[in-house]
Amino acid sequence: MEKIEEKIKEIKTRELVLNMGPQHPSTHGVLRLKLEMDGETVVKCTPYVGYLHRGTEKLAESMTYLQVLPLTDRLDYICSMTNNVGYCLAVERLFGIEAPFRAKYIRTMVSEMARISGHLLWLGTHALDIGAMTVFLYAFIDRERILNLFEMLCGARLTVTYPRIGGVRHDVSREFLEQLYTFTDEFPDRIAQYETLININRIWLKRTVGVGVISAAEAVNWGLSGATLRGSGVNYDVRMRFPYDAYPLIDFQVPVGVNGDVYDRYLCRMEELRQSNHIIRQCVEQLPTGPIMAPDAPKFTLPPKDKVLGDMESLIHHFTLITKGPMTAPKSEIYSAIEAPKGELGFYIVSDGTGKPYRMRVRSPSFVHVSVLPRLCEGSLIADVVANIGTIDVVLGECDR
Amino acid sequence: MEPVEIANKIKEEFPTEVVEVKEFRGQVGITIKKNELPGIIRRLNASPEFDFDYLKDLCGVDYMNVKVPRFEVVYQLYSIRHGHMLRLNVQVSENSPTIASVTAVYSGANWHERECYDMFGIVFDNHPDLRRILLPEDWEGYPLRKDYPTAGTEEEWRGFKEVLLKAEEYKKYEWKK
Repeated sequence: MEKIEEKIKEIKTRELVLNMGPQHPSTHGVLRLKLEMDGETVVKCTPYVGYLHRGTEKLAESMTYLQVLPLTDRLDYICSMTNNVGYCLAVERLFGIEAPFRAKYIRTMVSEMARISGHLLWLGTHALDIGAMTVFLYAFIDRERILNLFEMLCGARLTVTYPRIGGVRHDVSREFLEQLYTFTDEFPDRIAQYETLININRIWLKRTVGVGVISAAEAVNWGLSGATLRGSGVNYDVRMRFPYDAYPLIDFQVPVGVNGDVYDRYLCRMEELRQSNHIIRQCVEQLPTGPIMAPDAPKFTLPPKDKVLGDMESLIHHFTLITKGPMTAPKSEIYSAIEAPKGELGFYIVSDGTGKPYRMRVRSPSFVHVSVLPRLCEGSLIADVVANIGTIDVVLGECDR
Repeated sequence: MEPVEIANKIKEEFPTEVVEVKEFRGQVGITIKKNELPGIIRRLNASPEFDFDYLKDLCGVDYMNVKVPRFEVVYQLYSIRHGHMLRLNVQVSENSPTIASVTAVYSGANWHERECYDMFGIVFDNHPDLRRILLPEDWEGYPLRKDYPTAGTEEEWRGFKEVLLKAEEYKKYEWKK
């Protein structure tokens, strides 16, 4: 026996550098990780991002406020509705205009639909990474229904550009509301179905409980947001802290975890699905009648097409808005944030009084969440790296901008 | 505590450092010089009355031909416990674009500072790992500066000559049709 032990001591080991990505199926996009391994333990993890950098912030500087809107679709491309809402709110707050009540309710409704679709994609792919394939197939059935509703609403499934500065593009149809209401009737049962698949599944529990633990103080220090922060027990939700749109008028709760591990974050997001469903139901039930565009901003929002063709004033407004942009911006700066499905999505806009933003900064939750990956992965097993990437819920389009 | 009160307190404590206090639509911003930044950040973070424990965002702004000094680094601070928010605009001059890093206080500032360095060329002293982040390591120039060209020149892009040479080289092989 002693001889064997001596021989084991003689065997030399060395660290193995493992390159994961950028084309790895479980990195959810083009994320590259350089992992330095000691056996199966990760000693050092270095993320490399920027493969999807399109210079959104630089592009925005040479475009008018209205033209920037489609760029924001391409940030978090799986739930672009919330990006649009975030940008529109930032510009509205800068200009000091407010959307009418009907538009606010519609925006709240579509934001929560985007949250459901984003969380379903997260649930499916996260479970798929860890090894539960069935959830993916179920989750995508419901995600498809949401996307079909988006198509019915504005003609696009992913890059919607539906909210506008000062309101929304179209009014919702009765048929849409009916179909959405039917969806909310059936969706809670579907959530229960997902939960029967993995909630107390022994493999799922072994792979998630106690993995990727981050304490509340540390999560705050790292600047995490969304369900990734709330899983650690910090009650911080932008919808509650800085109410926007119709959220102050609507009843909902913010689920908070305890242990700050992968499993708690999973539970938080599952409860958020229920809350989103609850919010959509209230929006459909309480939807007020009225205009969908801010009426007090003719020099800001594009006039209706029939007016442009018949009315001189509207034609002039239309022309100046398209060529120069809205010229009524105050010389100031503003930071405005919303609760996107991934976390806090902030827009910091510096204006110099012209029709174009002088500087537009996007504070994306995914960028911060990827930066915490080394903290979560170092010291853990290589199999848990995949669980950690899944649990922080990143979209690299938003991370790289 | 109201953000204006915090701004005034900071102004009392660091009278030489605070340049201006601005308020716009309920958001308060303090413009400060960069020398005492670590002291002010530590004061805002550590004292229980302020308790700014959450760094929402950190970014640079280039005010070329608009303001002197040219750059500003903007910190969005928030207190989870008290729920108040404050913006710090720190002036950085063009001649010495360096500023102290706040990674020791806020771990989350690490990548934001790297991005700021990547896009504006502002160097953060005592940063643990200051490399380019979104752009490749051999990239020249700092794209979010206002004097960075937005259109390309007539020159061929880097590596194009090599591609042409390769194409010439491959012409000697007969390819099956």
